[in-house]
Amino acid sequence: MIENRPWLTFFCHALLIISVIVIAFPLYIAFVASTHTAERMFELPLPLLPGREMLHNYATVLTEGVAGASTAPVGRMMLNSLVMALTITFGKIAISILSAFAIVYFRFPLKNFFFWMIFITLMLPVEVRILPTYEVVSDLHMLDTYAGLTIPLIASATATFLFRQFFLTIPDELMEAARIDGASALRFFWDVVLPLSKTNIAALCVILFIYGWNQYLWPLLVTTQEDMYTVVIGIKRMIPGGDASVDWNLVMATAMLALAPPALVVLLMQRWFVKGLVETEK
Amino acid sequence: MEKRTQFPVSWLPYALVAPQLAITIVFFIWPAAQALWQSLLVQDAFATHTEFVWFENFKVLFADETYIESFRVTAVFSSLVAFFGLSISLILAACCDHVLRGAKAYQTLIIWPYAVAPAIAAVIWSFMFNPTVGILAHGMKLLGYDWNHLLNSGQAMSLVVVSALFKLIPYDFLFFLAGLQSIPKSLIEAAAIDGAGPIKRFATIAFPLLSPTSFFLLVVNLVYAFFDTFAIIDAATAGGPSRSTTILVYKVFHDGFKGLDLGGSAAQSVVLMAIVITLTVVQFRFIERKVQY
Repeated sequence: MIENRPWLTFFCHALLIISVIVIAFPLYIAFVASTHTAERMFELPLPLLPGREMLHNYATVLTEGVAGASTAPVGRMMLNSLVMALTITFGKIAISILSAFAIVYFRFPLKNFFFWMIFITLMLPVEVRILPTYEVVSDLHMLDTYAGLTIPLIASATATFLFRQFFLTIPDELMEAARIDGASALRFFWDVVLPLSKTNIAALCVILFIYGWNQYLWPLLVTTQEDMYTVVIGIKRMIPGGDASVDWNLVMATAMLALAPPALVVLLMQRWFVKGLVETEK
Repeated sequence: MEKRTQFPVSWLPYALVAPQLAITIVFFIWPAAQALWQSLLVQDAFATHTEFVWFENFKVLFADETYIESFRVTAVFSSLVAFFGLSISLILAACCDHVLRGAKAYQTLIIWPYAVAPAIAAVIWSFMFNPTVGILAHGMKLLGYDWNHLLNSGQAMSLVVVSALFKLIPYDFLFFLAGLQSIPKSLIEAAAIDGAGPIKRFATIAFPLLSPTSFFLLVVNLVYAFFDTFAIIDAATAGGPSRSTTILVYKVFHDGFKGLDLGGSAAQSVVLMAIVITLTVVQFRFIERKVQY
């Protein structure tokens, strides 16, 4: 504190509190909606306080899904999302830590070419190559499988870069010592590099879990069977276009369930989250 | 940059990069090459006859009014998202940097929406703005303002911008806050001793020192608005009403999967690739010169 300006401090607090309320408001409204009956949604005044149907609504969506909407029970979709998020997280970390290790600790022909090929993936997000990627996955008979949902997404240039940058900061003496002691490259990787990378891996886990859980376009393309939907695309199917009636209470219960896992990850692992977010983008 | 000593060459490094390379080639480079190739072809509706037509698809594309319109929509959408994202989060970060008490709690309460999937955010916001059951639409009606984003294109645009900002503000906020906290306190103190007030100090010290962060975030925000907002458009408005929220990414999807126009969709993909490559190059060129003010 450089100087005491009570009005400025008051103004800052007021602005921050208002923003926090504005940001939390949608969550609160979604929660309130998820605790009422479907009919109550259409009665005035609109509900502003939680109702009594909470347990019933959540149990209904988890085990039965939403009537009329062509989706599997939300429990099943949550499981799909979880499998997808975890596979993407660990798959991405595994393949990028290995390739970063090869690129930093070996000198071999075509190394720079490989590095550039990995770099190029940064410039080719799914959104710009939708149809041909779909065709590849369909030709490989990977539609409606977990493999199809996850494998195309686990190549990542950013994770490789992050590990590469980090490996370059590991003192060379460690490697020289390991080689003098007769350790092979894999032994050095397992006993020195991997333990040193723990914090980076933890930070990436948080970021990649959120990334994997929140995927939308890819599952939308690859899944056609209801029991393979992830919860993020399942919720869209619960809202048919036009004036068809929507069970908003159940849709909002699904929304709460869909946002809970990544939100909890951010709240409980905030330190890793901030580190991961700030570092993966550098 | 390389390590001074390295392990001897063997088959091992190839085996280590193999998984990533295999996925990159099969799911990234091959489809992108396919898109490039298909953008030069015309195929009839039953996929029985294919003809090589050079740049005909691109000519058709740029003569197409709906495509030009989609460019305009994308420009409006991404500038609104980038402008509000940057300015709101800068103000919040400056406030959060100023207050001593509760700064950590504010940070937590501002960044949590980053975890919310864009599609879920879009569903919740369209629920709140829903003309029959939405609390915000209802509130506006009480104030005498009719809200129906299913019919009014300006309101539809506002809805998708708000949904997009929900995830973007936490991100920008974190970067601005980190930038503000890394400014040496001695600079601020020296300016305060010279009699500069908080506004003046922010405008003449913090703001210029934040310019690399701001530029970086501007590029990231544009990439986000261009490519990562597909879910928001699809879940909130499906590109409507009357294409007023059909951004380029949504149009590729729509023309390719609903319209089954292979060559046209591939040509659009190529245009998008050019945009991503430009933005990525700008971002990396800039990062190399990051320390200069």
